[in-house]
Amino acid sequence: MFSILKRYKFLLVIFLFACNNQQIDNTVNNDVSTSNAHSNTIHTTTTDVKMVYIPGGEYKPFYGSDSILTKVAPYLIDERAVTNAEFLAFIKDNPQWRRSNVKRIYADTTYLKDWQSDVELPKDAKPNAPICYVSWFAAKAYAHSVGKRLPTLDEWEFMAMADETSANAREKVTYSDNIISLYLLKGRQFNEVKQTKPNYWGVYNVFDLIWEWTDDFNSILTTNDSRSGQYEDKSLFCAGSATSSTDVLNYAAFMRFALRTSVKANYTIANLGFRCAKDTTIIK
Amino acid sequence: MASIFGACKSGTESSNASAVDMVAEGEPQVAEVTGAPKVPAPVGDRGPKKWIVNLETTEIEGVIADSINYTFWTFNNTVPGSFIRVRVGDEVTLNLKNAANSVLPHNIDLHAVTGPGGGAEATTAAPGKEASFTFKAINPGLYVYHCAAPPVPMHIGNGMYGLILVEPAGGLPKVDREYYIMQGDFYTKASAAKKGLYEFDNDKAVAENPDYVLFNGKKGALLGPNMIEAKVGETVRLFVGNGGPNLTSSFHVIGEIFDNVYLEGGSKISHNIQTTMIPAGGSAIVEFKCEVPGEFVIVDHSLSRAFNKGAIGKLKVTGEPNHKVFKKHEKK
Repeated sequence: MFSILKRYKFLLVIFLFACNNQQIDNTVNNDVSTSNAHSNTIHTTTTDVKMVYIPGGEYKPFYGSDSILTKVAPYLIDERAVTNAEFLAFIKDNPQWRRSNVKRIYADTTYLKDWQSDVELPKDAKPNAPICYVSWFAAKAYAHSVGKRLPTLDEWEFMAMADETSANAREKVTYSDNIISLYLLKGRQFNEVKQTKPNYWGVYNVFDLIWEWTDDFNSILTTNDSRSGQYEDKSLFCAGSATSSTDVLNYAAFMRFALRTSVKANYTIANLGFRCAKDTTIIK
Repeated sequence: MASIFGACKSGTESSNASAVDMVAEGEPQVAEVTGAPKVPAPVGDRGPKKWIVNLETTEIEGVIADSINYTFWTFNNTVPGSFIRVRVGDEVTLNLKNAANSVLPHNIDLHAVTGPGGGAEATTAAPGKEASFTFKAINPGLYVYHCAAPPVPMHIGNGMYGLILVEPAGGLPKVDREYYIMQGDFYTKASAAKKGLYEFDNDKAVAENPDYVLFNGKKGALLGPNMIEAKVGETVRLFVGNGGPNLTSSFHVIGEIFDNVYLEGGSKISHNIQTTMIPAGGSAIVEFKCEVPGEFVIVDHSLSRAFNKGAIGKLKVTGEPNHKVFKKHEKK
């Protein structure tokens, strides 16, 4: 009898130990996995934003060798940035993304800065102005909630080669200059979306409101010192250096890439928001 | 004991290797930094210490010339940025905060730093963020610091530079007056996005054809009520830097001869110099004694810059004439 009890006890201990282990594993999983963990719990949000078809094609990335073209598959992209009102709706449906609930590893301390409460926009904020002070994680979660994703860096830059009248305006003398003039203006992020002319593809506010997250914002560039002019490890390029850029006079692109290299995925910034994209099988 | 210590001190402090091993004493204190033309107090004979230097990068509208507004990018809201003054062996923690309303990321490369990028990589800060690193000042001299975020010529062209002085052990010799002057070339065009505002012109910068070449970031920054001053008999030391981004400076003070020039801001001292060359991203320390009163014009002696583009300032010396040195003959 004693021996049976003893054996039973022993088994019980093993059983409990196993349970504990499992629990720990689960917790760890929840903490480290990012979009996957959230995707299970993200509730669908609706949005009426129009998406624009971009046929894609080959293009010369700003960074890399002159002779290497990058292929961009056709995709759909939101014609405008995600707005305050849209993000508020998402927050209401997804309490885990409220300011008081969000984990620091997913959004830093300035997340949704200036909001009056968890579910109230900043005082005087226009509902149709772009949402800012959102992290890459939050942007990803939002995109998921509307059945979309963030555009890749190549998709974003491909779309951004256009001016109002042509798909690729990079060779035009005024292209970079005009963008820089826009970039230098402060407080642009408080303006409403779609108040200026769209580009060749019908995409609004590519340059005149905010910086925008891309899905792989940190994939190409690693060094913050713009002058090292060398390949980093993992065959990544350095930022801004004249030797690795294909277009040294495109100061506007330098500025975008500088911003991308200065941020981390949980950063939230006054003039950094996003728009969404989606795959498409249509080939026009 | 004292003599052994003294011998060690004088023997070791001349080399960088020993500067690395100098012990910075005490808890870190916030260092005094100043806007031009002022400089912080000399280090004197104090030993190495720990300092905290706080700099904020900002993008602000300011007056560049007459009534022309220009978008400057700055360290601590001034062009040039705050003057930092330390000594060899000091341990400096540099905190760089990028203002929340900045559009762009910024960083700082201090030429006084021995380490990757002079601190640029370690300090790259997105809008609203802070970055920090600690360095030991191991080489004495007058060094330029500047923003090195891409596009670098644009960040420098908009005014993101300043000076950091690393004094030798025991400090620089005492003088009566010290001033901070920094030259920069500015390339401007009317903003397409905002009326009445001027901004950086990329094409002019690439062509190295500036509209303005200025001391201390503004036409007239050292003229009229802003003249720097001294009295007859006083010794004057100018800490002169050149931010560029492109032009070198033929630095000259009309009617003075530099008794001493710390060539290129380093340790070699040359004497009796009329005009000293200051490279972009370089500096010089010039010293002279004011023998006679008058207004002494400070110029880039590449003279079109002085007379047409703004590189002109004045030192006003007051006091009794010394006719042994200078006497004007009145015609009857």
